[in-house]
Amino acid sequence: MELNSKIPTGPLSEKWTKYKTEQKLVNPANKRKLDIIVIGTGLAGASAAASFGELGFNVKVFCIQDSPRRAHSIAAQGGINAAKNYPNDGDSVQRLFNDTIKGGDYRAREANVYRLAEVSNNIIDQCVAQGVPFARDYSGLLANRSFGGAQVSRTFYAKGQTGQQLLLGAYGALSKEIEKGTVKMYARREMMDLVIVDGRARGVIVRNLVTGDLERYSAHAVVVASGGYGRVFFLSTNAMSSNGSAIWQCYKKGACMANPCFTQIHPTCIPVHGDYQSKLTLMSESLRNDGRIWVPKDAEKARLLREGKIKATDIPEEERDYYLERRYPSFGNLVPRDVASRAAKERCDAGYGVNNTGRAVYLDFKEAIQRLGKQAVEEKYGNLFEMYERIVDENPYVTPMMIYPAVHYTMGGLWVDYELQTTVKGLFAAGEANFSDHGANRLGASALMQGLSDGYFVLPYTMQNYLADQINEKPLATNLPQFEEAENAVRQRITRILSINGDITTDTFHKRLGRIMWEKVGMSRTEQSLKEAIEEIKELRSEFWQKVKVPNIEGMNTELEKALRVADFLEMGELIARDALMRNESCGGHFRAEYQTPDGEAKRDDEHYAFVAAYEFQGVDNEPILHKEELKFENVELKQRNYK
Amino acid sequence: MNITLKIWRQHNASSKGQLVEYQLNDVPAEASFLEMLDILNEQLVLKGDEPIAFDHDCREGICGACGLYINGHPHGRLKNTTTCQLHMRKFKDGDTITVEPWRSEAFPIIKDLMVDRTALDKLIQAGGYISVHTGGVPDANAIPINKRNADLAMDAAACIGCGACVAACKNGSAMLFVGAKVSQFALLPQGQVESAERVQKMVARMDELGFGSCSNTYACQAECPKGISVTNIARMNRQFLAAKIAEPL
Repeated sequence: MELNSKIPTGPLSEKWTKYKTEQKLVNPANKRKLDIIVIGTGLAGASAAASFGELGFNVKVFCIQDSPRRAHSIAAQGGINAAKNYPNDGDSVQRLFNDTIKGGDYRAREANVYRLAEVSNNIIDQCVAQGVPFARDYSGLLANRSFGGAQVSRTFYAKGQTGQQLLLGAYGALSKEIEKGTVKMYARREMMDLVIVDGRARGVIVRNLVTGDLERYSAHAVVVASGGYGRVFFLSTNAMSSNGSAIWQCYKKGACMANPCFTQIHPTCIPVHGDYQSKLTLMSESLRNDGRIWVPKDAEKARLLREGKIKATDIPEEERDYYLERRYPSFGNLVPRDVASRAAKERCDAGYGVNNTGRAVYLDFKEAIQRLGKQAVEEKYGNLFEMYERIVDENPYVTPMMIYPAVHYTMGGLWVDYELQTTVKGLFAAGEANFSDHGANRLGASALMQGLSDGYFVLPYTMQNYLADQINEKPLATNLPQFEEAENAVRQRITRILSINGDITTDTFHKRLGRIMWEKVGMSRTEQSLKEAIEEIKELRSEFWQKVKVPNIEGMNTELEKALRVADFLEMGELIARDALMRNESCGGHFRAEYQTPDGEAKRDDEHYAFVAAYEFQGVDNEPILHKEELKFENVELKQRNYK
Repeated sequence: MNITLKIWRQHNASSKGQLVEYQLNDVPAEASFLEMLDILNEQLVLKGDEPIAFDHDCREGICGACGLYINGHPHGRLKNTTTCQLHMRKFKDGDTITVEPWRSEAFPIIKDLMVDRTALDKLIQAGGYISVHTGGVPDANAIPINKRNADLAMDAAACIGCGACVAACKNGSAMLFVGAKVSQFALLPQGQVESAERVQKMVARMDELGFGSCSNTYACQAECPKGISVTNIARMNRQFLAAKIAEPL
């Protein structure tokens, strides 16, 4: 297999225009004869499905929830980036490109990132036209705020519910197409397998989560926009049904997985409190605009805080260590996520952590309340403060918030070329499900941008370029042997899992996997911890297949749904650890303790690791084949990231 | 804390359901309501019983998937709170908690506490959007929008589509849900082009789908976890009347 990224030739700023000018198109009469399957209805899936429908293709779209409006994009709080430069503070497409490449620690493909920056402005125009109620100032024009990793204000937002509003915009567009009949919606369905006919993706097997039936659907192309795989860590900010199974089935059918070890640990989450805890809650990074992060200077005081003998408000100003402002004076509390997360871990590991667990730092709004007034702070962050109080039972206007890093996003995903096509012909991946734009670390407010860029402005073009050669292909009957075979394999897997009837629940296995991942493949990794993790995951996997207890229920079976996903996570965790072990450098969210600068920053090795690691499946118990896509940087100079 | 739960169990849409009692001990006060159900389900699975089916996903109060009728209130008694954000510290040791699904003609039960809310999607499909296509739209700042109206549009758009308003209404009306969507676009210049058509189509679809009428009890507003105001219903009524007279479909 050879990785061909299909980057158009020519200067960076002209590549996308050149592509669009030269690509093949499908005429309207032929579009009607072509079917596209879209898996997932988050920002990428919903926007792609709606746009395909508008162009005249027949679209079948699947989601796991009861309604397409509930996809996890809805939970994104802070905002969406664009290079509009409305505040006149020096932003441009080039600068958004530079920041994204640098923020990703030089492990993303230049051409993709430039295109992302280029279409970012179209996204804002599109969303406003859809009636997305972005925040505005008194002039009636759009308001902006700043976010981690940037020195300009380029983030558009809708209160603390930007993801919700953008998703509802895309859901509206999707609903319009459903009403028109160009898009057929299948809710409460989970993708179980990809069907390949003559070397091309031509269909899927899905499980109807209400009836438990397996269903077959065929198409001329398949788009996987099923989100990320952060729940391999069990505790994450992802939704309960977020999973990696759709992309994992694609991987097993020949699509390469790229940079699986690049996971993002978000610095501002509500700390863990107990064993029964099912998920973690993110507090928008926008809080770092006004909140100041600190721990006590004195470890003894930290101990008293942990034991509940004193309160945060008892620590006077001069005894507080605002460690981000101290270490990174020019970016301060607004350093990128990976830097902020590691710095929190470093302080807690050194014994300065607070909360009864010692795994928390303070995010303090005292100064902001003094400077702006309580009302202004409430206007900006009121809903976040309320959410915090509901969960922690403390009032953040009075007591500083406690935060700790948590798994939030996976930069890795299916390898895709410039057209967002995987190594399987006709199989495309969009949004968090692909690896393409964020390198080793994603900047805040860039996930929404990428999801909508892929769905509204990239796939509608590149899909036509692919389908132009497929216009003579008739729709496939789903009784072909390839469908039969795929469905039988899924059925066997289900039967096998149901027949184990052990005595350990799926959640218990998931938590044990999560613990291995967090401790040994988490924020800081070493050669030794990774080698141990690989062995432990293998053992856990074999135990799972002997001892898991899944009730054998006809029809809806929520435990079976979980077990099938965890079975995949138990394979995926191993690949993540393998990738982290292979990458003998630190970059972005991937921090190998052996590779750091004297002052504890990530130390890249551009000479040996400036490549995308793409893995080709060779069987569950065999090592995958590693393919390397060399990253060529012709427009930026590779530098040690410096936020000081 | 120790609690007694009375939970609605129903095998599928066509079978008969009943409240089943469960005793649950040592529930941590910091657990969310859904985490408490996770603990119960874990015990049921280990005993070889069927776990309780309920909808849930983001568990941070924004996806709108969860929705349980707790002690006679949608999402429980706590104001402005979804089921997933309700925590056990709001209950007392020894409490008996009754948990039922949304009950409304438009939301048939699928299993246990899980209902089919496809009708809400169909309402949006009737016109709850601005019909722009991708691309070819004006610059985002081409049309300034009064901040007050933009903020009010945001307040209306905050609806999470959980269906608590319908479940709370004695008539099973979806007026708050539709009113919020109609209002969002009525308040924005971009929404004006289709406003007369939108409100009439959505109201007609509401009747088709078996939602009841509004009799102004405001139970919807009282129970809405996102604090959506009934002024949105008034705005929709005004729009509807004007559209009926000026531009009937």
